[in-house]
Amino acid sequence: MNMKNEAGSKDVPAAVREDSDLVQVLDAEGNVLPQASVPDISDRQLLELYETIKFARHFDQRAISFQRQGRLATYAPMTGQEGSQVATSLALAEQDWLFPTYREHAAKYAHGMDLASLFEPLRGYREGYAIPDDVNVMPEYIPIATQVPQAMGMAWGHKLQGKTDTAVLCHLGDGATSEGDFHEGLNFAGVFDVPAVFVCNNNQWAISVPRERQTASETIAEKAQAYGIDGVRVDGLDPLAVYKVASAALEKARNPGPGELRPTLIESVQYRFGAHTTADDPSVYRDESEEEAWRDRDPVDRIETYLYNEGILDSDLESEIQDSIEQEVSEAIETAEQTETSPDNIVEHVYEDVPARLEEQRDELNRLREKYDDGAFSEVLE
Amino acid sequence: MSSTASTQTGQNAQRLTLVEAIQDGLYTEMSQDDSVVVLGEDVGKNGGVFRATDQLYEEFGEDRVIDTPLAEAGIIGASIGLAQTGMKPVPEMQFMGFMYPAFDQIVSHAARLRSRSQGQYSVPMVIRAPYGGGIRAPEHHSESKEAFFVHEPGLKVVSPSTPYDAKGLLAASIHDPDPVIFLEPKLIYRAFREDVPTKPYEVSLSEAAVRREGSDISVYTWGAMTRPALIAAENLSQSHGIEVEVIDLRTLSPLDVATITDSFKKTGRAAIVHEAPKTGGLGAEIATTIQEEALVHQEAPIKRIAGFDAPMPLHSLEDYYLPQAVRIQDGIRETVDF
Repeated sequence: MNMKNEAGSKDVPAAVREDSDLVQVLDAEGNVLPQASVPDISDRQLLELYETIKFARHFDQRAISFQRQGRLATYAPMTGQEGSQVATSLALAEQDWLFPTYREHAAKYAHGMDLASLFEPLRGYREGYAIPDDVNVMPEYIPIATQVPQAMGMAWGHKLQGKTDTAVLCHLGDGATSEGDFHEGLNFAGVFDVPAVFVCNNNQWAISVPRERQTASETIAEKAQAYGIDGVRVDGLDPLAVYKVASAALEKARNPGPGELRPTLIESVQYRFGAHTTADDPSVYRDESEEEAWRDRDPVDRIETYLYNEGILDSDLESEIQDSIEQEVSEAIETAEQTETSPDNIVEHVYEDVPARLEEQRDELNRLREKYDDGAFSEVLE
Repeated sequence: MSSTASTQTGQNAQRLTLVEAIQDGLYTEMSQDDSVVVLGEDVGKNGGVFRATDQLYEEFGEDRVIDTPLAEAGIIGASIGLAQTGMKPVPEMQFMGFMYPAFDQIVSHAARLRSRSQGQYSVPMVIRAPYGGGIRAPEHHSESKEAFFVHEPGLKVVSPSTPYDAKGLLAASIHDPDPVIFLEPKLIYRAFREDVPTKPYEVSLSEAAVRREGSDISVYTWGAMTRPALIAAENLSQSHGIEVEVIDLRTLSPLDVATITDSFKKTGRAAIVHEAPKTGGLGAEIATTIQEEALVHQEAPIKRIAGFDAPMPLHSLEDYYLPQAVRIQDGIRETVDF
């Protein structure tokens, strides 16, 4: 499964260059590497992979722009990470479960979340957190690494109940590997041999703190060894390599061969091109030159070049896809902007039934709203 | 003195925001005492996500302003150990909503190492954490759970509402021999400026502040809610001639019971304003303390004006969740008209 990379090239980011066990299919430009095997997927699936990655890039650009216009609150950009997000989600079977962090917008979309619902929480509407019955996605996890033991637990539950066709895929960041929850979750995963795949999106930075300050380990994948599970390191900006590795790990989680372990920790080596969130300014803590080296390996360009080389994509189809993406995102924003809510939402869904004391609190608020009207509540608190 | 505070009003004071006063307080204390170290996520090179540690890394270097791995339990556990070596750690929890992984280290150990060692060991440290809502932050970023820490013996809990107090309370907290939870109301981090002395000074951890004198009702509050309480008091004075005494508790644990009860004995009425959920919030403790100490002076039921017993909503509804001046005024009138 391991491919030789382009060791020695001075333009290759150190995190990619230094590891000879990094799985890659495409070179930096998008040409298939000499000894690489391309994942066995149809042209239609390849186009879906491409379209969803392109969609994610456009979504990201629009979201940042809307945030700047004051139409969205704090947003966590994903440019650079779309290839890995989409490839891991497309490797999932429909019955598999996804545990996303606050940055996995594209992963959620690719596993069935409605587009408008991704925008609604960013506009302050909790309604967008609603998850349809037929979509196996957990709510986004904001506190770091908290999803890891939970994903382990769900995978464990499936195994205990004999649901061996269902795997769980859990995203986390490089910063998450420093938290206790990460270690506890992976340790359980190994002890109980659960059908879970943990994808560490190693984007090199936990806000301002570099990967080197999260761990003295040479790689994150090697941590798997301590928990008795499999660890694999993949070029996270190479969507074909990520798809290949994630598919293999998910298949192994469902149907381990003799002596094989169900759980896998995938270190998807990538880069966060933008800020941590729209409230962050990366120029304070890192050099632009670092970003440039990674820019040369952009996942969108690489998959595009590959599809052109294979004759699956041409410029007409490319612009057709782009137009349809732009329209889809615009419509989703319009839908999200029409969302309305009521202060009653504050008390809803806290418990299955609203407790009497909470009902009194709601009634008190509604009494004041009638007496003073809503404008009185939008006075700036400062 | 401080490298960020540039607006000079004279030789001895600067016009600072609350977050600048905290930065200035850290700068002042670190300059005076080499044992004071700042540690946490993004506190170093980035200067803190709210800039509270801005320029400290450049000034004091990476051994005293330390970017740690992303691990709250690790940061607090490590700080407890650092404190045993004579250092004075000032760990930052990036948001109060992310403090829970460190909860075990705080309540099981920082709070009670003194009692567990019968006074042999102590944990002089100050855990700083931005808290509260109103800044359109994402989920989990608007927590106001001071009651968790007030409930834990062995901890002191502090929350400033002005830049002057922020610097003085921080100094007193750093000089305190016991662990202090220093809760910073991020809604008012940059809301206004006031004169903050450049020289070192302390604001005592044992005294509440009377922000406004009044004879009709006592309003007890702290942190970001002090301002809407003062606005409500002014409005009611002008519109209804109701004179509200506004008490800013400043230190939430231990409570300044004398100031609380003295005010109540004068007014006979009380309202408590906090943004934390109503049930089990600090308001309940204050109301009960008043009942225990000054029941015979009571002329009306004590009113709590608080957040809902529900998670803080996303920003489209947070103005309804947080006690606004209008809610505070209404609650005060209800109590005064009883």
